[in-house]
Amino acid sequence: MQALRNFLDSIEPAFKKNKFLHTVYDGFDTFLFAPKETTQGPGVHIRDGIDLKRTMVLVVLALQACLLFGMWNVGHQHYTALGLYPGLGEALFTKFSYGLLQMLPIIIVTHLVGLGIEFFFAAQKGHPIEEGFLVSAMLIPLIMPPDIPLWILSLAIAFAVIIAKEAFGGTGMNILNIALTARVFIFFAYPTEISGDTCWVAYDYNFLHKLFGMEGGTLQALGMAAVPEGGWISRVVDGFSGATPLGLAAKGGWDAVANATLPNGTAQYSLSNMFFGIIPGSIGETSKPAILIGLGMLIMSGIASWRIMLSMLAGAVVTGLLFNVIGGNAFMAVPFYYHLIIGSFLFAMVYMATDPVTAAQTQTGKLIYGFMIGVIGMIVRVLNPAYPEGWMLAILFLNVFAPTIDYFIYQRNIQRRLKRA
Amino acid sequence: MADVAQAPKVEEKEPLFSKKNRKLLSDPLDDNNPITVQVLGICSALAVTSQLKPSIVMAICVVFVVSFANLAVSLMRKVMPGRIRMIVQLIVIAALVTIVDIFLKAFAFDVSKELSVFIGLIITNCIVMGRLEAFAMGNKPWAAFLDGIGNGIGYGIILIIVGGLRELFGSGTLLGYTILNVEEGSFLANIGYQHNGIMATPAAAMFIIGVLIWIQRSRNTKLVDIS
Repeated sequence: MQALRNFLDSIEPAFKKNKFLHTVYDGFDTFLFAPKETTQGPGVHIRDGIDLKRTMVLVVLALQACLLFGMWNVGHQHYTALGLYPGLGEALFTKFSYGLLQMLPIIIVTHLVGLGIEFFFAAQKGHPIEEGFLVSAMLIPLIMPPDIPLWILSLAIAFAVIIAKEAFGGTGMNILNIALTARVFIFFAYPTEISGDTCWVAYDYNFLHKLFGMEGGTLQALGMAAVPEGGWISRVVDGFSGATPLGLAAKGGWDAVANATLPNGTAQYSLSNMFFGIIPGSIGETSKPAILIGLGMLIMSGIASWRIMLSMLAGAVVTGLLFNVIGGNAFMAVPFYYHLIIGSFLFAMVYMATDPVTAAQTQTGKLIYGFMIGVIGMIVRVLNPAYPEGWMLAILFLNVFAPTIDYFIYQRNIQRRLKRA
Repeated sequence: MADVAQAPKVEEKEPLFSKKNRKLLSDPLDDNNPITVQVLGICSALAVTSQLKPSIVMAICVVFVVSFANLAVSLMRKVMPGRIRMIVQLIVIAALVTIVDIFLKAFAFDVSKELSVFIGLIITNCIVMGRLEAFAMGNKPWAAFLDGIGNGIGYGIILIIVGGLRELFGSGTLLGYTILNVEEGSFLANIGYQHNGIMATPAAAMFIIGVLIWIQRSRNTKLVDIS
């Protein structure tokens, strides 16, 4: 540790000369070591050791369980679609490697594009590098479908970082959640890549898989000579469908979800499969236990607001109950508790709604904010046939309204105090 | 003596394109652009710019309407009772817009169908009324006419930039000619290129205009108001 510190100190003068290099140096230095700055002079302020970088890293750590499980699940869904290794414990290493190699380009591209833009703007403005993107860069791969084209991903990240963040003044100044802005960009610009029945399973092999001979291995296991015409998607075994529970429920209610089967005859969307996340979907959002691990870490460290999570849960449950009572169509009749484990509800609740920058800031405001997300998300999910999942849109919508909510809370407090005075 | 003839005041004749008048033409292109600085006429900039051709036609129509409305109102400005000036202005604009509409129907029916209601809605374009109120009511006809042309062109430039970008990336064509070919088997289709769906929606025009404003302010720092 001391050696690293000495090394950093020794190279500092060389990096001080150039504006851009110094920005980079400063960014890495404060990332590796907490700055020892203290407040000067007569004052009552104390600097917390948990500064922005330390906070961000905690969230990134909380996401690792989702990431690791997501890697295995990407591989598992891929091989299930091709009719190989249907057992959960089978070919653990192969499945994990497939997922890892599928995820690596996504993660690397996300960091390169996002951090590149951040570094550029930081040097331009003469600011220190703002590390807010580290969390976004971890969240973005987790909310993408596993076979998202990399150029679309780069475009979405560039859009999100430049328009939603830098235009507003950088980290901490953004109105909209960066990760969700990237996703909403793809959702509206390239809808076929992020909605429908075929995008939630990675079917093809990228250059890394080929480099490590994974495609050859699959060909061998299937006893085939060459990659099938029309790509691997044409080779999917009969009876496998990449449709998500949400897509199925929108068409045929809960029966359609419960009746979906895997090629080997077992239920694809049994409760345990959905809870543990052994289903097609965005990379990080399927596994509920992994998300709950992150939830525990975030609540214990006090980084995410339990108020938002609780009220969002309440909002979703109340709306779900209301739909059950009305029961207009098959989707509205889906029991409300199923809504909590299908789709990305839990992931959105733990990592997206609680974003401290874009959420409401007042304690009462947080309750209203979370509750409204729950209500609107359920309305979009169930009542709007064009958008199968509602949390992304609901959270972005409430992001816009968060300052308004806060404003009315402040005004109410001011009025109350004036009355008392 | 007192009866020394005072030198008669010579009205100095201003050349047609004096520096001041040239400024009237060039100012709205950048420093005082109706869309990016005055933030007028946003509605039509979002609505008609999904393709380049309607953007160009719209730009030409607005240049015509603004300049001649400015001219007419400036000529009438001294005889117009202040209380009914809005109504008079509206009648002038409506007359000009009707002329444009009928002209397009006669000579460019396809474009007229494409722009449909938007030609009629030039009446509600804030730029026209804004320039009448802000400039034509207090300036001479020639200056007002130039101001109208300048503002029309300033508006048109932005419209054409937005329309071009949206058509190119939204549907891969420019003026109807295919530029980005994504048909089966073409080079772009093979490398996985797709048209951008946002570009087809008016939201894209909002983003593009926002970015244009950003670029303009970072180049032209006197527009930045620090309040």
